[in-house]
Amino acid sequence: MTDATQTRHVPDRLNSRAARIFKSWEALLLAVAIAIFVINSFASPYFLSAWNLSDATFNFTEKAMIAFAMALLIISGEIDLSVASIIALASTAMGLALQYGAGTPELVIIGLTVGVLCGAFNGFFVTGLGLPSIVVTIGTMSLFRGISFIILGDDAFRGYPASFSWFGQGYIYWVFTVEMLLFVIIAIIYGVLLHKTNFGRAVYAIGNNPTGALFSGIRVARVKFILFLLTGLMSGIAAVCLTSRLGSTRPSIATGMELEVVTMVVLGGVNILGGSGTIPGVVIAAFVMGLVTFGLGLLNVPGIVMSIFIGLLLIGVIALPRLWSMAAAGRKS
Amino acid sequence: MTRLIPVRETILGGAILVLLLLISSRFSGFVTPTNLANVFNDTAPLIILALGQMVVILTRCIDLSVAANLALTGMAVAMINVAMPGLPIPVIIAIAILLGAIMGAINGVLVWKLAIPPIVVTLGTMTIFRGIIFLISDGKWVNSHEMSPAFTDYPRMVLLGLPVLSWAAIITIILFGIMMARTQFGRSIFAVGGNPHAAIYTGIDVGKTQFWAFVVSGALAGLTGYLWVSRFAVAYVDIAGGFELEVVAACVIGGISIAGGVGSVGGAVLGAIFLGVVKNALPVVNISPFWQLAISGSAILIAVAFNARAGRNKGRIILKEAEATQ
Repeated sequence: MTDATQTRHVPDRLNSRAARIFKSWEALLLAVAIAIFVINSFASPYFLSAWNLSDATFNFTEKAMIAFAMALLIISGEIDLSVASIIALASTAMGLALQYGAGTPELVIIGLTVGVLCGAFNGFFVTGLGLPSIVVTIGTMSLFRGISFIILGDDAFRGYPASFSWFGQGYIYWVFTVEMLLFVIIAIIYGVLLHKTNFGRAVYAIGNNPTGALFSGIRVARVKFILFLLTGLMSGIAAVCLTSRLGSTRPSIATGMELEVVTMVVLGGVNILGGSGTIPGVVIAAFVMGLVTFGLGLLNVPGIVMSIFIGLLLIGVIALPRLWSMAAAGRKS
Repeated sequence: MTRLIPVRETILGGAILVLLLLISSRFSGFVTPTNLANVFNDTAPLIILALGQMVVILTRCIDLSVAANLALTGMAVAMINVAMPGLPIPVIIAIAILLGAIMGAINGVLVWKLAIPPIVVTLGTMTIFRGIIFLISDGKWVNSHEMSPAFTDYPRMVLLGLPVLSWAAIITIILFGIMMARTQFGRSIFAVGGNPHAAIYTGIDVGKTQFWAFVVSGALAGLTGYLWVSRFAVAYVDIAGGFELEVVAACVIGGISIAGGVGSVGGAVLGAIFLGVVKNALPVVNISPFWQLAISGSAILIAVAFNARAGRNKGRIILKEAEATQ
């Protein structure tokens, strides 16, 4: 409401490129990441070990894979709260296929297919029927996990083949895991997709002004549908990795992960209302969250206390810049 | 005529009746007055929370922290009861409502003063509140033998044939009926959700109204926190886990538009009762309770699709044509 009444200050010249990079959210975040790294290495003697750091990456690789797709979705002005439930359903489908003797390739195909189908289901409701994505994905959040509960009850699927464990437990070289490789590849793909392609420009355009985008000839509904498909696919990939890493499927798998994914995206500087954000920001945010949870874990902080920290991070990251600008506005007037 | 008989509520009421008829055709015991009173009593917490959520959703916000708020107040009053067994129950209830309202106010301030999207605020506070329960309780349970008998017996106490828990829901429904229809606050909630810009020009402070909506929702969550913990006579970190989704589901099923401004007390109550009947009927008709989650998810989707069709705005024809020709 206050936007209309605020006077706009038009600068005489734009900041230089170096100044912009230096003052950017990503630079600030990188500084935070380095600070956390240094603090952690002083706080715990076990932190600076190649193998420990390698284990620490599991804290964020799976979530970050989803976060990249979620970043695009949030930039376009939508959100998907059902990602953790998609993981549950995809994992349950893989477990079910296992009971019928599916091998590793089939398991992976099934996991990814279920992910894409769930994404298509969300996308249909949002773009086909024109419903708000928050409600739709709150609904499918119950529905997808609900189907897992119907299939599994309080049971669990176990006994995944040894070759399947490669995705979540395998190493490419020395301490570098398969998940890290996937993380890097996916980060590059999404970075190029968002920052170097027409599709990426369309995503920003839709997030800033969907009606304007529509009249500029962008197929808004189609782009959004594709984004839901991508988010579903990434959840499918995360489901393969997580199931492979845990070696079992329970219907409660990945509970609450949607919150951490959204936090990661917002921490990465993506505007929750859509229209702005970058992939490098999300990459650094992934490291920040991974380092924080790993560091706290080494200090024997229980998981639920870490979740307080993540909640504070989510709110603080959005609140602080606003408080800052309010304080700045207060000084000027 | 349509003014006298609201279409949406009638359809929903009809759906509940059909559901009851279907169940009674196989199990006549389900529709006896005693059992229906039990179903209502079991649904009472959902009804109370759905009314609070309704107010929040009407102002174009959403409160996902209600279940965590409920659990935290529940744990707090249970621990207060253990520490001071002599404290009278009305004081305990007042503390619960106050604590809940404070947590609602935290949500409200962040939405009002910092203009942070409500979904982000309440996702964040949801995990923070749950974490605080762990911190104050050290992860331990408060069991029934530690609570005083007065504490646990109160919601079960029968007045005029119904337990106090049911009366709490009935009184909340009546208060909300009056508040939404007859008070300035109730009308400004509709105004804020229906058209925030117009609301500003009418002299309504949009942010402040949203703040009070969160306080109301939080206070009711606090009240339910006491009722929940005393009824089940146990408090631990995970009580009412995921219940916020059921509350939102009750509202959406009850025809409260997530875009704000559209909805009614009757709708929210019927939405909650619908879910309550389904939940209580599942074991009777021999369906595993694991179906509950999927059913409420499907109900949200069907209801939101149905409501969008019924209330589709015909004003922006140009845009629709542009969309159709692409």
